[in-house]
Amino acid sequence: MLRLLYFAQLKDQLNCSEEQLDWQPEFTTISALKLHLSQRDKQWQNALSANILTAVNQTMAKGNHPISDGDEIAFFPPVTGG
Amino acid sequence: MSANPHYIAIQTSDFSVGDEHQALRESGTHIGAIVTFTGLVREFTQDSSQSLFLEHYPAMTEKVLSKIIEQACQRWDIRSVRLTHRIGHLAAGDQIVFVGVNSAHRSEAFLAGQFIMDFLKTEAPFWKKEGDQWVEAKNSDNEVKKQWEA
Repeated sequence: MLRLLYFAQLKDQLNCSEEQLDWQPEFTTISALKLHLSQRDKQWQNALSANILTAVNQTMAKGNHPISDGDEIAFFPPVTGG
Repeated sequence: MSANPHYIAIQTSDFSVGDEHQALRESGTHIGAIVTFTGLVREFTQDSSQSLFLEHYPAMTEKVLSKIIEQACQRWDIRSVRLTHRIGHLAAGDQIVFVGVNSAHRSEAFLAGQFIMDFLKTEAPFWKKEGDQWVEAKNSDNEVKKQWEA
């Protein structure tokens, strides 16, 4: 099981802040997971094709970062704090 | 001095720069300089009656801020850092972020303070919303951060 989190614009666009996703062996990397999510529908495809950052277990990670069952994966737009 | 002399707070409530400054005076020995930065909510470009909302990723925020402070400590000889960031609803003119650094000498405190803010701006998971519009990230913030990587 993966825990997926969405923040800011992305959360609004997808109308989803959090979900649990059954683990599949094809989810080898962040990019692979993103591709899987993009195939849900046009809205997901558009939202995830924008400039989106990703964190694996609360640490920023690039697309080729490996993921494994039980991870917490967060998707969010570039940050705007401070 | 304790193992971790730093202080990080993520809170909805306001903070007192005076109290923060006093805490920096009292944390550690051989302190010759304190540099502080206070960020305020600017007047909004669109509609000044709108409020600002700040969202964050609770499980990740403190982790990222600790890491940034740790990196600053590796680069400069600083004694302690105090960092407060507010979340939730804020109005124009409100205090939003505080970073204070103390060290033996001023140049290290100045540099470390700027470094921490530059990295906070591009790595800490906070997002601002003005009214019903999410604020777009500025590319210039990334450019500023890159200067530290040279």
